[in-house]
Amino acid sequence: MQPKHTILLVDDDDDFLLQHKIYLSNAGYNVITASSRKEAEDIVKQHKIDCALIDLMMEEADSGFILAYHLKKDNPSLPVIIITSVTGETGIEFKKNGKEHDKWIKADVILSKPVRFEQIEKEIKRLIG
Amino acid sequence: MNIKTLKVWIVDDEPGMCLGAKRAIDKWKETFQDLDTEAIYKVETMESGESFLERLKEDSPNILLLDGRLPGIDGMEVLEKLKDSNQSIVTIMITAYATLDKAVQATKLGAYDFLAKPFTPEELRYALRKASRNVILTEQAKKFEEEKRKVRFNFISVLAHELKSPIGAIEGYINLMKMKQLGENIAAYETMLHRMSQRLYGMRKLIGDLLDLTRIESGSSKRDLKEIKIKPLVEQVMDGYKEEAISRNISLSLICDNEIKMIADSSEIEMLLNNFISNGIKYNKDNGSLKVEVYREKNAIKFIFSDTGIGMTEEEQQKLFKEFSRIKNEKTRNIPGSGLGLSIVEKIVKLYNGKIAVKSIPDEGTTFTVELEDKTI
Repeated sequence: MQPKHTILLVDDDDDFLLQHKIYLSNAGYNVITASSRKEAEDIVKQHKIDCALIDLMMEEADSGFILAYHLKKDNPSLPVIIITSVTGETGIEFKKNGKEHDKWIKADVILSKPVRFEQIEKEIKRLIG
Repeated sequence: MNIKTLKVWIVDDEPGMCLGAKRAIDKWKETFQDLDTEAIYKVETMESGESFLERLKEDSPNILLLDGRLPGIDGMEVLEKLKDSNQSIVTIMITAYATLDKAVQATKLGAYDFLAKPFTPEELRYALRKASRNVILTEQAKKFEEEKRKVRFNFISVLAHELKSPIGAIEGYINLMKMKQLGENIAAYETMLHRMSQRLYGMRKLIGDLLDLTRIESGSSKRDLKEIKIKPLVEQVMDGYKEEAISRNISLSLICDNEIKMIADSSEIEMLLNNFISNGIKYNKDNGSLKVEVYREKNAIKFIFSDTGIGMTEEEQQKLFKEFSRIKNEKTRNIPGSGLGLSIVEKIVKLYNGKIAVKSIPDEGTTFTVELEDKTI
């Protein structure tokens, strides 16, 4: 039997973590959750992660970006999905297009909340199977 | 002091007039202390209405000195054209043929002021000073409106974000239930249902706090200022939290002289007390204590709220009073709140010309000291 892939979920909203843990576990993944950048970085040191799902966390505006950057730096082949609720209210568009974005946004996919569970599952499957 | 260059254009067919006026005001500086602005004047001259309108295609002045009688298009026509173009130029009519009729006509066409020829350089500068104030004030008012719009947009953006979170969470749980992700048995969904209720409660509280905040901000509700006795009010608020305190074995104590009174709106003081006492319990440790003390100082009432709670770092204290600001760390994870409580408090304190101070040591506790002005002894 194939070993399960491990997904790291990082978001400061506990409900987001609980819901996606339930859905993705039922979908056949091993799920570890973290509510802060620091927690996430500690977890990555102790566990093998196959894919990371990171919320941008607006309270400390750059936590999500910094975490994504660190993860990619330590492991360039680790797929990173960034989820943000920033678009829409502030009018700041986060689209992963253009060379300028590629330079500093270290993510494979950027999704805007609200995202359907099925779509997250689809993206993860696409990145790691 | 802001430094502003004011462009003054002089339109007059008498070259001597233009020269004389230019000499009097070009590169002249004038300070407007109360507007915190120093104006420097830059002058251009034109000999006809036509050349003025031509020049207007590329640039525009702040102040226009316009001769009533010009060859070709006369002063009144120029005024009409300006009125239609909707530019904000302050126009001073300079004319040797001043009649009441002409003055009324010019005013209706938008002229700001009149200067009768011949005039001295001093008279010219006097008229210019008046016009300049108008220009500067109009600009300041526009900037202020812009600022206000920006601040409101920011506030609404953050609010929308704050409400999106709980709505998204509830939607997520409902979708999981629709998918029966935890099976057919409703009992399995107890946690989800509880969490949904929590998030809904949070939204309600947020909206309530928001209404309080805007009500105070806009000054729309009439303040019911009268002499109130402080001790019964504090006791009443503390009573409301007795159950919660008992359930966590947090002891509540109050030191307040029976006779302390102040002229105040009791609902405002109640809001203030509610916020501090609620926080003093929410952020407290089990088996801890919350002490409330009230004293009369010379022209003020002093409230001290000391708890034995989780405390805050210096950095966390900095963010305290910002709207929607909530301290997020391991210790505060499960503590609910809208993030508006202290912003509301801050606005109330301002109404009483008061001040707030906070002292806190992480893991040991926090003390808030609030002083409200009250001149009745």
